[in-house]
Formats: sequence, C-alpha cells, structure tokens
Amino acid sequence: MKKWLQFLVLITSISATSALLASGGFSDNSKQAMPAVANAKWKTECSGCHMLYHPGLLPERSWNKMMAGLDKHFGENASLDDASRDEIARFLALNSADKQDNRRSNRINQSIAAGATPLRISETRYFTSKHDEIAASTFKRKSIGSAANCVACHQAAEKGDFSESQIRIPR
Amino acid sequence: MRNAYLLLALFFSQQAVAESASSLLKKYELLAKQENAAFVGFAADKGERFFHAERLHSDGKKVSCATCHTADPRKPGKTRANKVIEAMAISVNPQRFSDEAKVEKWFGRNCKDVLERACTAQEKGDFIAYLLSIK
Repeated sequence: MKKWLQFLVLITSISATSALLASGGFSDNSKQAMPAVANAKWKTECSGCHMLYHPGLLPERSWNKMMAGLDKHFGENASLDDASRDEIARFLALNSADKQDNRRSNRINQSIAAGATPLRISETRYFTSKHDEIAASTFKRKSIGSAANCVACHQAAEKGDFSESQIRIPR
Repeated sequence: MRNAYLLLALFFSQQAVAESASSLLKKYELLAKQENAAFVGFAADKGERFFHAERLHSDGKKVSCATCHTADPRKPGKTRANKVIEAMAISVNPQRFSDEAKVEKWFGRNCKDVLERACTAQEKGDFIAYLLSIK
C-alpha cells in the first residue's frame, strides 16, 4: 500500500473514533433519554388539566399513591371511572422510574429515600439539584406558573425529553 | 345554488349541535322531575347566576365556576396548572355538551371542587341553558 493511502486511512479512523466519543457513543445516548411511551387513556385523562408527565419521572409507589387519591389530586377533584383509573395506574406502574433503564429515571429514583413516596417530582432531590440555579421568582412568572409546568421551559417535556438543548426559559 | 347548499349544510350542522346539548337537557329534565315534583323548567338566568356565584371554600379561598372559566364563557379559561380551557359557550365551542360521559365527568369533579357537593339536575340544566343562550 502506498504511504499516503495508509495515512489517509489512519486519519479517517481517528476522526471517526473521536466523533463517536464526543457524541458519547450511540448506546449511551439512547439510555440517557426516557423511552417513548403511549397509552390513549393516559394521554387524554392526564393532560386535561396539566401537562402530560412521563411515567419515568416517578417510582411505582408514587404513581400508586397518586392514583389511589384522585379525588384529592393536589387540591382538586380529578376522579375517574374505575376502569380508566385502573388502566392508567397499570400503565404508569409498568413504565415508572424504577421499572426503567435510562439515566434520568435511574437518577430520579436514586435521589428518593427508600421510605419516601413523593407525589411531586419537584420535591425529589434530583429535581432540586438540577434546578438550584433557577430563582423561585422565575418559577412564578406568568409564562411559567410553577415548577410543575415543566413544558414552559423544557420544550419536549411531554415526550420525556429534558435535554439541555431543548430548554428555553420564557420571560 | 352553491350558497344554498352551503346554507343547508350549515343549517344541518347547527341542528346537530343544538340537538346534542338539547337532548342532554331533556335527560336532565327527566332527572330534575324525579328530584323535585314541582319542577317547572330550566332557566338561563338562573344558570348565569350559578356560573358567577362566589362561595367560600373550606380551604379559605373564594371560588366560582368563573374562577377557572373566566367571567365571560365565550373566552377560554385556564386551569390552576396553567392549561388552557376551551370556551364554554356553545356558540363559540360547538363541541361543548356533545358527549354525555364527558359532561358528567366534569360536573362530577367541578361541582365538588367549587360547591363541595354534587350538583342537582336542576343546577346542571340551568347551567347548560345559560351556555346555550349566549350568542
């Protein structure tokens, strides 16, 4: 083989490897994001009053507690017929943070004490550490409302995508 | 001729809309008669007062239907979690009161949230009569 060709092959492989490393590798990337999930009942019923929360944001015990107390859902009556409630509860449990293998769900789950059953994602240690640079007054902006309104800043939150590139904090 | 067809189509679509809200009213009328033998009918003005009536909730806050739906049912409202609620007036939002299960679900929730009790058939009927009357 000619010397220049050997050199070209070497350069190409080095740049390809570094590109792969820079992107964090393919398999790592897919494990970072919460997977796409779908259930028609969950989608309609759980987005009637608030944004649609991905099941991978809380552990199973939190979802179970939430679905058992829908008549007092953060101060509102969000009662469902039994069949809808049971179907949604099963779906949430199946895709909950402790049943997922992605980095974000794992870290949310690990940040919750074993004896704790939080109902608010914003009360988990993972959430508070990730948002420690956001002032309380920012959350209270009219365009945001509260820390519960993820989608105000995380454009793709309803798909379970909370990556940095999808953040835009409104005025 | 084309306009005539258009008018005809419009007429029938409006009929269909009026039909679903008014057929629901008929159902509530039957229930209201069971609740109260002296039932005389539904009244839009009573529904209007009901919609705006503020009461003190046991949590200490003043609430009414208008708290979330705004004082003008032709305008969209907002939930406490910052989500838009489509307008309630049937002239603006023909989808309203076209799905009985949905209507009962929301009366079931919101009556308890605002009044801390279930609504009577009389109240539901007056409420729909009011929202039908808004042009």
